[in-house]
Amino acid sequence: MIRALARMAVWRLVFAVPLLLAVTIGMFALAKASPFDPVRQYLGDRALTTSPEVAERIRANWGLDRPLAEQYLTWLGNLVRGDLGDSRSLHRPVAEVIGDRLGWTLLAVGCALVLMLAGSLVAGVLAAWRRGSWLDRVITGTAYANEAAPVFWTGLLVIWIFAVKLRWLPSGGLTDAAATTVEPGDVLRHMILPVVVLAFSQSSWLVLFVRESLIGTLREDFVVGARARGLRERTVILRHALRSALLPFITLLGARVPELVTGAILVESVFSWPGVASASVQAALSADFPLLAALTLLATLAVLVGSLFADTAYVVADPRVRVLGVS
Amino acid sequence: MTTGTRTRPATRARDRRRDRRRDRRRRDRSRRLAAVTLAVLGLAVLLVPLVARLDQSQVDLASASLPPGLAHPFGTDDLGRDVLLRVVYGLRVSLLVGLVAAAVSATVGTLVGLAAGTLGGAADRILMRVVDGFNSVPHLLFGIFIVALFSPGATAVVVSVGLTHWMTAARIVRSEVLTLRSRPFVDAAISGGSGRARIVLRHFLPHLAPHVALAAVLMVPHAVWHETALSFLGLGLPPHLASLGNMINDGARSLLAGDWWPSLFPGLFILLPTLAISTLAQGWRDRTDPRRRSELQL
Repeated sequence: MIRALARMAVWRLVFAVPLLLAVTIGMFALAKASPFDPVRQYLGDRALTTSPEVAERIRANWGLDRPLAEQYLTWLGNLVRGDLGDSRSLHRPVAEVIGDRLGWTLLAVGCALVLMLAGSLVAGVLAAWRRGSWLDRVITGTAYANEAAPVFWTGLLVIWIFAVKLRWLPSGGLTDAAATTVEPGDVLRHMILPVVVLAFSQSSWLVLFVRESLIGTLREDFVVGARARGLRERTVILRHALRSALLPFITLLGARVPELVTGAILVESVFSWPGVASASVQAALSADFPLLAALTLLATLAVLVGSLFADTAYVVADPRVRVLGVS
Repeated sequence: MTTGTRTRPATRARDRRRDRRRDRRRRDRSRRLAAVTLAVLGLAVLLVPLVARLDQSQVDLASASLPPGLAHPFGTDDLGRDVLLRVVYGLRVSLLVGLVAAAVSATVGTLVGLAAGTLGGAADRILMRVVDGFNSVPHLLFGIFIVALFSPGATAVVVSVGLTHWMTAARIVRSEVLTLRSRPFVDAAISGGSGRARIVLRHFLPHLAPHVALAAVLMVPHAVWHETALSFLGLGLPPHLASLGNMINDGARSLLAGDWWPSLFPGLFILLPTLAISTLAQGWRDRTDPRRRSELQL
């Protein structure tokens, strides 16, 4: 098993390096094709009052007067060495910006994932178990509607209900506006709405999947056999049917990272959560290439890690793959 | 009723038949509902701009932020503009952008899929790796990247949707071409002296058309969704244009003051057509291809 895993990880890595390279080339090409002049962007209002000589000096300083290939290689070299450049909109090193914000994103997304898994499993099992009942119809109906609803809209409705009308929870941010320090309790209160909305928005496919898969499994002979042996309904569903119904979902979960990133971008923006995902929007609004490029690379890396995780988990979870190897 | 009592095969088979009948009845009902919804929305989008007495961009501060009522069924926004009228116009703009973007991505996808499937070999492998590559960058982030570096506007949105959504169509077309390649009529055409171009144009394309059309129709909700998300983030269509995303973005401002209607209704007008289109598309898929029957696909 270890060998199979190692082989797969190496294979993934072999695929990842050219892919990441291609992404950097693509981003660089797009940036060069862009009509925006980064120096003007950097100067902002001061562009009108800055003398052309100074602007030229900045340009030379950034190496923008060099040939394209050289610029790309310098940029790539810096990236590989861990120097992500300076954010032009926040006037800080990109690595520092990401370092400050990544933790908050991981915290929110991690909690949302756990909540989504638990909630969807319960909802999906209930719907499959009571197939055709009103409960099933409410759950599947909600899942379909949720899949079609834009997450930022759901977020706004949730803000209206829980923050504006009921005044139970804050409408956004990391801490209260008046707070000078970051208190865990305060952060927790601010975290509830974004985490729940993110989890809910990501859950519909999983609910539908668990339901569908479990309905299929409930018809299989080994489930009938388990019932014939007189096992309790709970044991049959949770220990026999669900276990086998969940197998494909592990791979699907890893493949959902792109959607998770999309959800995080929108939810963080709606709730002004100070994470990396909302930083990408701010970077985009000010055409901040170094920050945006670093964040795009980060997201691509997350997608690759997700698919590696999916395959690894599959090997560990499925005894057939474990014993006979990856086919 | 639990399923625990179904042990005799005959009973199980009968139950299953009954379940299936009931499911079909419900599906038929929801499909009719979806068709009616789409028809009503379509008519509204086409006709309302012709007959409306009010101007959707008419600012009327005297009647700003009115809740839904008789004069304004969906209320008015913080500038006194009628939300119902704006929602209809917004759906028009968003659908138009969505249709163009879906057409662009279906075209790109068809070309790539055709090239991969017809050329085969190394070209196929490289093109499919390119597809994997594009799929590895989260769509919205990629879209944000494109829009950020080119001035935001309708063209940037269409390019951004087109570049991030062609992969599905490419996959579908490629796999269809691969099965078409081995069909006898293609062999017949080759032995009759047809060249590659003629086979692609005269034999592949007519077979591919329904698949591409379905993929394009299914793409429209995605494209609309993408446009709305970009507009909501302030990276999409220009703010003066009544697109659904812009309206939700505007509505977010008055939401904190307690006005829910400027953001609720535009969202509903994204949700309803999306649900309707996916319901109908699912029905079409079930009818044309029983092998792909599934309740999971949305």
